Amino acid sequence: MAKPKLALYWAASCGGCEIAVLDIHEKILDVANAFDIVFWPVALDFKYEDVRAMEDKSIDLCLFNGSIRNSENLEIAHLLRAKSKVLVAFGSCALEGGIPGLANLTTKEAIWNYVYKESPSTVTKNGGTFPQTHTMMPEGAIEIPEMWETVKALDQVVDVEYYVPGCPPQPERIWAVMEHIISGKPLPPKGSILGATDKTCCDECPRERKEKKLKKFFRPYEIQPDPNECLLDQGIVCMGPATRSGCDALCTKANMPCRGCYGPPPNVVDQGAKMVSALSSVIDAQDPQEIESILDQIADPMGTFYRFSLAHSILRRVEKL
Amino acid sequence: MKQIKIDPITRLEGHGKIDIFLNDDGEVENTYFQIPELRGFEQFCVGRPVEELPRITTRICGVCPEAHHMASVKACDAVFHVTPPPTAKKLRQLLYNVFFAGDHTTHFYALGGPDFIVGPTAPASERNILGVIKKVGLEVGGKVIEMRKRTQSVLKILGGKQTHQVTALPGGMSKGITLEEAKLIEEHCKWFVEFGKFTIQAFNDIVLKNQEYVDLILSDAFSHRTYYMGLVDENNKVNFYDGKVRVVDPDGKEFVKYSPSEYLENIAEEVEPWTYLKFPFLKKVGWKGLVDGKESGVYRATPLSRLNASDGMPTPLAQAEYEKMYSTLGGKPVHATLATHWARVIELLSAAEMALDLVRDPEITGTNFRTIPTETPTEGVGIVEAPRGTLTHHYTTDAKGMVTKVNLIVGTTNNYAPISMSINKAARGLIKKGKEVTEGTLNMIEMAFRAYDPCFGCATHSIPGRRPFILRIRDKEGNILEEINRC
Amino acid sequence: MAFEPKIIGFLCNWCSYTGADLAGVSRIKSAPNVRVIRTMCSGRVDPAFVLKAFQLGADGVIVMGCHLGDCHYQEGNYKTIRRIPFLKRLVKDFGIDPRRLRLEWVSASEGDRFAAIVNEMTEEIRNLGPLKLYAHNDIQQPVAHH
Repeated sequence: MAKPKLALYWAASCGGCEIAVLDIHEKILDVANAFDIVFWPVALDFKYEDVRAMEDKSIDLCLFNGSIRNSENLEIAHLLRAKSKVLVAFGSCALEGGIPGLANLTTKEAIWNYVYKESPSTVTKNGGTFPQTHTMMPEGAIEIPEMWETVKALDQVVDVEYYVPGCPPQPERIWAVMEHIISGKPLPPKGSILGATDKTCCDECPRERKEKKLKKFFRPYEIQPDPNECLLDQGIVCMGPATRSGCDALCTKANMPCRGCYGPPPNVVDQGAKMVSALSSVIDAQDPQEIESILDQIADPMGTFYRFSLAHSILRRVEKL
Repeated sequence: MKQIKIDPITRLEGHGKIDIFLNDDGEVENTYFQIPELRGFEQFCVGRPVEELPRITTRICGVCPEAHHMASVKACDAVFHVTPPPTAKKLRQLLYNVFFAGDHTTHFYALGGPDFIVGPTAPASERNILGVIKKVGLEVGGKVIEMRKRTQSVLKILGGKQTHQVTALPGGMSKGITLEEAKLIEEHCKWFVEFGKFTIQAFNDIVLKNQEYVDLILSDAFSHRTYYMGLVDENNKVNFYDGKVRVVDPDGKEFVKYSPSEYLENIAEEVEPWTYLKFPFLKKVGWKGLVDGKESGVYRATPLSRLNASDGMPTPLAQAEYEKMYSTLGGKPVHATLATHWARVIELLSAAEMALDLVRDPEITGTNFRTIPTETPTEGVGIVEAPRGTLTHHYTTDAKGMVTKVNLIVGTTNNYAPISMSINKAARGLIKKGKEVTEGTLNMIEMAFRAYDPCFGCATHSIPGRRPFILRIRDKEGNILEEINRC
Repeated sequence: MAFEPKIIGFLCNWCSYTGADLAGVSRIKSAPNVRVIRTMCSGRVDPAFVLKAFQLGADGVIVMGCHLGDCHYQEGNYKTIRRIPFLKRLVKDFGIDPRRLRLEWVSASEGDRFAAIVNEMTEEIRNLGPLKLYAHNDIQQPVAHH
């Protein structure tokens, strides 16, 4: 009997999700035994032409990581959707935009202006040379994809069956998902999160938590925190309360605050709004001026509370003014 | 004119495509290697607290996040004018050398290695890790997996997470290691050194003992006379983590040696409208286009470049191999692109030796691994050697340490011009009038690219043993003239 | 046709909703632009409600609660007095004029105060004009996972 077909693809991604898959180590053999891998640009030489030639829905499982940043990402997302039975938004970028989603705090114009003109090492000719999608060279036309204005998550452009959060998803969780699929056991309902649990990161964190009454915040470089106490109790902004569990709280165990890479907790749409709510509950002040001076100590709420999830938040991006 | 497209480039990190134009004689008129994407880190890092950048910039690359983590934190140290305590510096270097050894392993065995170990004209079905295993034994696959497993486990201890480390922050590290952890890491490092020796032996047996391969390495189709760049310590020995950037000219003479804060006097980037990536070049020589030679500002930053730009390796076993390489290949500098694979395995061994020395240093378990910054932050540059080239992070902040400007020159970016040239030269050398364009031809062109190790290797077992590929050659009207189907 | 602002008002059950009621019963003239959503306490107002209101087309959002010290649940409005100003900072960073989000304390007996605030805010939003957001054009709305 033919083995089920597996595809892995990366859109606007860093490759970390690919590495996370490899970090299941010898278990990759079990994956290779169970599946026929038909497309995986990082590892195999199948090209886009090969995917276009496949029958619709002939790929049984497609793990798609990376966000949708340009026309090529979009085209391949649609292509793989057509060719796949089960499409999984794999990793933070595909699920919620990820770090590339921070580009939604700025504009394509600002990015281009800096990268191709203003950056101190860039040679500027004729007021600035910028990339163009079609260029006529003496020999013929060559093309590059168009970069969109706004970064999107995968389910904002195509229908998605499942989601695996994390930046990257932790290998043990990846293996648990693969093992479940290989075993043939029924999968949870469409739209479910796989490879994570249903509490917040705080639930997995071993630090001791007390009642929080915060009057002061510190940036991580300003103090050396006690290794056993909750970081937020000590005034370091930690996204734990607004982040889904599943990562084993690796960052807080390493004495660094959580930054939210597993996405919003269950039943939360907007990770940033949830963090505003959580922190507001524990700030110990009632006088409006005192409150403002405490809030001033929280550096970069937009870039911290929405570090991974901006593209998938309610407002999605900063308005172009 | 006929146009051959290779899209996407495969078996590397990131996206790329190649266009080859053939004239009416069937010879290469020109080639274009295009990078089709831009994410915009330099702009969206503006407004972030600078101490967050070591955790944000790791997402530039999930294969070498360690390189960005370190370059970034060094830039942060410079921004805050703070010096980490010795224990912190040693922890960072230990993390870095372990990473280096693991990363070079993945590339050599699974990505670039098969071309060498199995052979460039071997059947397509064997030019992958399975062919490697057939050639050198079944143990090897298991050993490569074990090497990755061990390096990743050490990186988790030192970095908090295996991928996208979190422990480096301005002034030091967020955690130290216990005596038990140090002992465990020491056992791993001993294993890494043995694995490094084993890899050198494998390279000797398979590549160096085969005159055909040596001839291939020295062939003109795969050679460029360029400048070479790498970090060196105060004795001009290769150092992956720290030092000054040394550049030697195509004759091997030192051209410049600069400290991180001087990078802008030395490097500039050229923009072309047909690609998203810019072309770095040596400012003091000037941009003359995609050409070789002393008059051209094109430089290479690769393992081979690092060895060319240095006076030797910092560790004894690797130093012996360094000397052997140069005496075999006819002295310094070596211009043969494919010799990069050799330099890479020498670096693998050196990184393993360095890691073992570091973990045995009694200061590695020190409890003082943080200096709290006290000065007002301003501006700073951090440079490390990423496995595939010199990596520069340059940050400017306001008085509160919020980022106002970021400039990055990333490892493989240094090599954009040379890679383009290598593809061009290989294509010209291999696609000739009257000669059929076969899959072997295409692979040889890919080899020119792959030697630079664009950031990724993997799939230790899941390569199906063949390289399915459809190549269509079209005329100006888009009619298919010829189709090569290797599915 | 003149622009009529759409303002969503989250009013707490015990004080401000009653105050609004009093304004109505007393026949105090106030602009009809505020659509009232009653919550048991102003502390119930999740910042996500505010963002959702903007995303769905509100030109302005007002949150009203009991005066400090008078909260029916003792401490609910103390959370509100931190939550809404904090949210205002993010709203501003998103590129939305922060005057479109307001927090006011209105007691059960302050019918005229309620009316005055509503009138003032309606005029202010009328002058600011309709709110246009990227998220208005987007087809897919974010869904919470369970």
